[in-house]
Amino acid sequence: MNFTLSNRARSITFGLMILGAVATVVGILGDHTDHHQRTWASLLVTGLFFFGISLGALFFYALQNATETGWTVLLKRVFEGIYSYLPIGAISLVIVLAAGSMHWHHIYHWMDHTLYHEYMIGEGHDAQYVDEAVQGAVANPNYDVLIANKKAFLNQPFFWIRTLMYLGVFIFFARWFRNQSLQLDKETGESLVKRMLMNYRRSALFLVFFAVFSTTLAWDWIMSIDTHWFSTLFGWYVFAGMFCSAMITAVILVLYLKRKGYLPQVNNSHIHDLGKWVFATSFLWTYLYFSQFMLIWYSNIPEEVTYFQERINNHPWMMWGTFFINFLVPMVLLMSRDAKRNPRFLVFVGSIIFIGHWMDVNMMIMPGSLGHDFHGVGLLEIGMFMMFLGIFMYAVLNTLTKAPLTVVNHPYLDESIHHQI
Amino acid sequence: MANKVIYAVYEDPEQLKDGARKLVSNGVKVKDTWSPFPIHGIDPIIGIKRTRLAIAAFMFGITGTSLALLGMWYMNIFDWPMNIGGKPSQALYKNLPAFIPVTFEFTVLCAAHGMAITYMIRNKTLPGMPARNPDPRSTDDKFIIEVRTADNHGHSAEAITSLLRETPVFEINERQY
Repeated sequence: MNFTLSNRARSITFGLMILGAVATVVGILGDHTDHHQRTWASLLVTGLFFFGISLGALFFYALQNATETGWTVLLKRVFEGIYSYLPIGAISLVIVLAAGSMHWHHIYHWMDHTLYHEYMIGEGHDAQYVDEAVQGAVANPNYDVLIANKKAFLNQPFFWIRTLMYLGVFIFFARWFRNQSLQLDKETGESLVKRMLMNYRRSALFLVFFAVFSTTLAWDWIMSIDTHWFSTLFGWYVFAGMFCSAMITAVILVLYLKRKGYLPQVNNSHIHDLGKWVFATSFLWTYLYFSQFMLIWYSNIPEEVTYFQERINNHPWMMWGTFFINFLVPMVLLMSRDAKRNPRFLVFVGSIIFIGHWMDVNMMIMPGSLGHDFHGVGLLEIGMFMMFLGIFMYAVLNTLTKAPLTVVNHPYLDESIHHQI
Repeated sequence: MANKVIYAVYEDPEQLKDGARKLVSNGVKVKDTWSPFPIHGIDPIIGIKRTRLAIAAFMFGITGTSLALLGMWYMNIFDWPMNIGGKPSQALYKNLPAFIPVTFEFTVLCAAHGMAITYMIRNKTLPGMPARNPDPRSTDDKFIIEVRTADNHGHSAEAITSLLRETPVFEINERQY
């Protein structure tokens, strides 16, 4: 059965885009930060959040292939829909990062090349920066020894090589998986099994790339905002947030499709299992968040503690609120079996933690990029969120219309139809 | 008439499920089934109530959380205030992050052990308890339905047996008890 985009869904998505765009423009007019830093930062927050959702979905999809999981076969097209947003998310990220490279904003403080040289000759814009105390050189007041020590990793060419490599690899695999999935529909018998096994091997290969890239992309795009600070756990924490948001999106999307009468073979057990994933990934996120926080809190080392000092001293409510919403709401409300089998309740809880994880990305990026100019989420951020939500929803639903909503041929299709727990 | 227990032996869990469905749809109450591994979806067919083990596990977990926090509060804050890592806050909520790992572990410990022990007591399978399995083959490759005539006054043993014969049953054993 093919999905058709209803007029209502179309007007809602376009409504969100237009309303969001208007709110964003009003927000930008009220943005008096230096270099419109707040606009850029909120573009980064929301762009990264939705990019992370599709990346999390791609990860989950590859995980299902690599583990040869049977029950998710019916839902493959839904995940393909979610990760089809990946190229659009990549464009929004590249815009922010490129703007940083061109010094249109200073979210990435380390992109300032003057930080890396100990001495300078001359003054102002004409100054030349040198590494040694040559004739006529004076100490460079901008020199930052901590950032200069990271030059081997944090320099623009290498940063761009990495960024383009992540995006290239993710988009390549996303397109490949999608094509394979469409090919599988046309085949039967031995060639079907062969293609599935090829999917299995490629997915395992993707997971190897993803394991490294999910950590380093978090360093590059998020952790380098607070350039002086570092945390080895940060990559996992960012990844857990992406994974959780992706699972929430999947649950809500599947329930929407079911309500519209699509996916008739998806039963309570599938919904229950997706609910378990939301519950489990929420705990994964909490576990990593807390592991990072507790070690830093306990040891209280100056170079580590800056990140939380900034957030606890200036935004205690937002920081703890985000943590407790993303932890307690799923824990208390999604623990029981009945809750995970109740569509309305799942959508309600899912929406709360969906916003919670967006707030979490805000907490990662905003204090570091805006410093004292960050006073919380306002019209600009909400407008940006609505605009991206509209684009995301349209991209996902539009992809769903292009192929049958459930796969036609798959060795595990029968197992998935009879999934019962 | 003495009460009889009938064991219908199947070679496949799906055949067993079909057999159980047939019995239940004819108004026969199935006492239990025996199998080498859990048969998915058998519980609603033979009318077994949802397990309450999850509730027990939750209670055990809450007990663990409270005991761990109480213990650490008493030892490290009330009875002998400790200055660990330069944090002499002497208040449970201020030192809480340091206590969370132990609390978490103790919660898991209590929930897991409590749940396992409760499960074994409820199933009468604590170590050393006599095996209640009617047929050793049900631990290997056979799937067995148990029907008792005492539960089915409306049906004779012969009627139940002939119902079972209509399904792909491997063998039927009757015993007095």
